[in-house]
Amino acid sequence: MSFERTKEKLKILADAAKYDVSCSSSGSKRTNTNKGLGDSSGMGICHSYTEDGRCVSLLKILLTNFCIFDCAYCVTRKSNDIQRAAFKVEEVVDLTINFYRRNYIEGLFLSSGIFKNADYTMERLVAVAKKLRLEEHFNGYIHLKSIPGASDELMHEAGLYADRLSVNIEIPTESGLKKLAPDKNRADFIKPMLKVKNDIIENVSERKTIKSAPKFAPAGQSTQMIIGASGENDFQIMQTSNFFYKSYNLKRVYYSGYVPISYDSRLPQIGSEVPMLRENRLYQTDWLMRFYGFDVSEILNQNHQNLDLDIDPKLSWALRNLHEFPVDVNIADMHMLARIPGLGMKSVHKIMSARRFRKLNWEHLKKIGVALNRAQYFMVCDSNQFERRDLSPERIKGLILQNSHSKYRKTLSSQLSLFN
Amino acid sequence: MNAKTLIYDGTFDGFLSAVFYAFEYKLYDVFIMNQYSKQERLFSEKVQIYTENQKADRVWKGIQAKAGRSQSYKLYYAFLSERIDVESMLLDMIRYIFSDLNNAAKDFSHPSVLQVSKIAKMVGREKHRMEAFVRFRLMKDGIYFANIEPDFNVLPLISKHFEKRYADQKWLIYDIRRRYGLYYDLENVETIILDLPEHFDLTKTDEDYFTKKEFEFQKLWQDYFQSVNIASRKNMKLHVQHVPKRYWKYMSEKLV
Repeated sequence: MSFERTKEKLKILADAAKYDVSCSSSGSKRTNTNKGLGDSSGMGICHSYTEDGRCVSLLKILLTNFCIFDCAYCVTRKSNDIQRAAFKVEEVVDLTINFYRRNYIEGLFLSSGIFKNADYTMERLVAVAKKLRLEEHFNGYIHLKSIPGASDELMHEAGLYADRLSVNIEIPTESGLKKLAPDKNRADFIKPMLKVKNDIIENVSERKTIKSAPKFAPAGQSTQMIIGASGENDFQIMQTSNFFYKSYNLKRVYYSGYVPISYDSRLPQIGSEVPMLRENRLYQTDWLMRFYGFDVSEILNQNHQNLDLDIDPKLSWALRNLHEFPVDVNIADMHMLARIPGLGMKSVHKIMSARRFRKLNWEHLKKIGVALNRAQYFMVCDSNQFERRDLSPERIKGLILQNSHSKYRKTLSSQLSLFN
Repeated sequence: MNAKTLIYDGTFDGFLSAVFYAFEYKLYDVFIMNQYSKQERLFSEKVQIYTENQKADRVWKGIQAKAGRSQSYKLYYAFLSERIDVESMLLDMIRYIFSDLNNAAKDFSHPSVLQVSKIAKMVGREKHRMEAFVRFRLMKDGIYFANIEPDFNVLPLISKHFEKRYADQKWLIYDIRRRYGLYYDLENVETIILDLPEHFDLTKTDEDYFTKKEFEFQKLWQDYFQSVNIASRKNMKLHVQHVPKRYWKYMSEKLV
């Protein structure tokens, strides 16, 4: 391996892969049994963080940035005038192993531009994973991209070596996709996703009877959507997300605020701001759906098509549903505790264990770590002090905003100043 | 009854032996102290505790039976924080665990239980950071070497993780502050003490010790780290929150 050549390629192909936000390295159950290299049975590890604050846990690269497609939102689109490069299979394997041995990474995230056709590309990706597993006895984490349109046989083989497979639907609506990526259609994305979903289900039931059956994509599937490139509202985005969680058993849907990379008139122009706050609110909604027992329609529906930017979605829901409050933390069930703004699931579990010993008052709750500045308006505890005034939702929101400092204050204040 | 100060040898078994002693003689006004501690207690009789593994085991098994596995490990984690007042907190929590209450170890409204659980969380976080931020460098003799300087004594906690993960390479992780390390020789992990010359700087990358290939891979990693950054999303506050500056000196990507 020539050092200078590899250095050059790594720069180009890592740069092109960075817009894929998935970085998780958890959820697999691949133990090191053969005295080989690596183990991915534990929790995921972020080995470093870039200056934009995102975690670096996998060696995230493209096999090549040559591509036959011309999707407007993508840096590696055919019509873009950029340096192109391609890794050899051995080069990727060598880099992965050497980075892993130095504890830089948890494993490999391999994606690719599409050259020749879908199957040709998918075959190369599978070859890398296969070599890592069979020749290098590598038990680290491998995340492969499913290439839209790849054949069922290749997807099956990919699942035997990879921990996670993902295919990015990128644009939340079909009409948006038609506008920005005329060469692609949604059916091509769905095909490998469906195959992997079915094979996972089959594998899980097979492993119940035959313990030694090889694992198939043990860390499941994920996908990603670009936010703010094609004009969808939050309601459409979360509906799509909910659909994919429910219909394809996805482990994660990632939301990626669009980073302007071209002067294409169909897209936000270079220099316009990345919608990071909106992205954050979407992730909060995603968490409410997956861990807090909310149904997506409670947070976003025909009447509320966009999330509030100045307050989090749970608080927003609570203000619309004041008739559900106040909640008594000493008797309420978990479902209702989880709905109090300012209470995370960790606090909910701590409250449930602690209240078996004594009735909890404000002091206890504060020590447990409840964000009382928000929670105080929505709950009562073992104390004769509680919010007795009949406050309107607007008034509560005002009081909370007055007493809190959002990390997005700068973004927000520039928006609010419009009204002054 | 006179106040007593129990002095133990600094090991966890030593501490548990002291707890055994306190329970055996029904001592209430008691203070457990590490023998290396510089604290002085006035008007208190000093008792030297001998570490007895059998007694320590009995206490540990008792705690595990009452508190369950995960809650009892919190005691061990908190012990490794090496905070000067941690022994008193642990003793208080152990007393509460052995009271008649069921599941007392999960009573987060009890001050010692909450405190121990918070300290254990800090230690756990440091353990996780070490699993993430350790950077091995390949030495000329084929050993992957890393030096660390953790806030708490987490080497005993990370040993298993690295043993499972790097089963096919020799590695050595050395805690500079506490002057001991873990060495894996492809079979077992051993605790070792390096005989280093005075003023020896382990953080310096020196071509006398490391292979040429090693510097190439460090360069590739540094380049990679630069390439994956998205400049238009720069957020240094979040960056430093995730990777506090005190760890930078060991991370090759931050040494550019």
